[in-house]
Amino acid sequence: MAEHTIQFEPDDRCHAFLTICKKPVHGNGALAGIPVAVKDNISTQGIETTCASKILKGYVPPYDAHVVTLLKLSGAAIAGKTNMDEFGMGTTTENSGFFPTTNPHDPTRVPGGSSGGSAAAVAAGMVPLALGTDTGGSIRCPAAFCGCVGLKPTYGRVSRYGLIAYANSLEQIGPLAGNVTDVSRLMQVIAGYDPRDTTSYDRPYAHTPEADIAGLKMGIPEEYFGAGVDPAVAASVHRAIDQLEALGATPVPCSIPSMAYALAAYYVICTSEASSNLARFDGVRYGLPADTKKSWHDAYREVRRAGFGTEVRRRIMLGTFALSSGYYGKYYAKAQVARENIKKDFTRILSDVDVIVGPTMPTIAFKLGEKADPLSMYLSDILTVPANLAGIPAISVPCGKVQGMPVGLQVMGRPFEDERVIDVAFAYEQAVRS
Amino acid sequence: MVTEKDVEHIAGLADIGINKDELGTFTGQFNAILDYFDLLDRVEGDAVITRDLTNVMREDEITPSLSHDDILKNAGAHEDGFIRAPRVM
Repeated sequence: MAEHTIQFEPDDRCHAFLTICKKPVHGNGALAGIPVAVKDNISTQGIETTCASKILKGYVPPYDAHVVTLLKLSGAAIAGKTNMDEFGMGTTTENSGFFPTTNPHDPTRVPGGSSGGSAAAVAAGMVPLALGTDTGGSIRCPAAFCGCVGLKPTYGRVSRYGLIAYANSLEQIGPLAGNVTDVSRLMQVIAGYDPRDTTSYDRPYAHTPEADIAGLKMGIPEEYFGAGVDPAVAASVHRAIDQLEALGATPVPCSIPSMAYALAAYYVICTSEASSNLARFDGVRYGLPADTKKSWHDAYREVRRAGFGTEVRRRIMLGTFALSSGYYGKYYAKAQVARENIKKDFTRILSDVDVIVGPTMPTIAFKLGEKADPLSMYLSDILTVPANLAGIPAISVPCGKVQGMPVGLQVMGRPFEDERVIDVAFAYEQAVRS
Repeated sequence: MVTEKDVEHIAGLADIGINKDELGTFTGQFNAILDYFDLLDRVEGDAVITRDLTNVMREDEITPSLSHDDILKNAGAHEDGFIRAPRVM
């Protein structure tokens, strides 16, 4: 399979990569010889995979994630591993355990996160395609902030085998690229059934984007243009909606009352799942080694204090608290009820309209260091987490600039209608590029 | 309202390792975040979730697996083909 090599020596001035593969091998196929950047929480056989965490420094996976196997079968060259917020926990890529990535449009601003390295690598022109993961917006946020296209597929459409888990019930691997056509090409390669992921569905993706959206109904939720959304960003998105209307789509005002609880529910669920998932990092089987002369708890605590960054430790503790005796009913159980309500609201709205559109992020990219307070960083995820809670597909496509920084238009759709959100994004992209 | 003592207790449950000088910051941040989570008190309905979900089972078939050497490569310490761990008892 691996008969050829390419040269890959990018000028990585935004620090998008944690590992660069200078002479990656590749085979033949739909992506023959195309360099693809892979987020560092996706296992790559023989290539260090750290989740941007010191606790996994030096870990070299003995196997490939399913998506990496598929990339190799398609002839793609694995160009390197991209920087991220440690284990995916963050919205800026500043929580990397190694160094922050900067925004290719402005080095004083963040690229968004947590797939900030993948988005920056694409936006800076270092690679045409990249893989990210999206637990609460981690593909769409950096796509919006860096001015590229990113898709969070329907939950279950892309195998998570070999993805180092953070919050299993929310996260999906998905494509990032400079345009919708390339996102669609990468989605063709990575979607499909994998028996090694028990949440995998047999719904391959063989679509080519079509720009005809005449007669389509698009829901415009009032909550996506409410308090906290920068008016200039909202105006940019409204202009994009006008453009979609000019292409024949009909805007339908709607409301998602359960949105009020989405962010709290999301953070309770993701931290709870993280507290369980990250218990495996004990310094015994892989990663930063535990001192085997010490007793279990002492050695375990020492490794985790030294290896995990502050945000990761904060989320593990929050999740442990939310699941602890006496608080489970108040936090975790209520969050699951709120999640069901969000699902019901989306199902109801998406029975009337074909897609839901709004901004991807409430603002443009933050300045480095601007979101030092954890809660204020969490609040910036308000427009992206609903799609993860509902398990529906959502894409971010660039729609103009504010203060010279890109703005993202978000299109969400019914489960397994990734094709439709791609078509809407494609129709918009073609209209503004022509 | 959680106290520094609560945070210390949670850190112990999670085996996260915490320094005394971090407790104040974590406690302040926890209280701000938990105040926000209190929104969930207003969610109507019970903890009982009925979802249209089914378990996915498979036959217990033997398939090729990783080699012994591959497994040991990432372990911090090993001896006679076994991974060495800190003392549990």
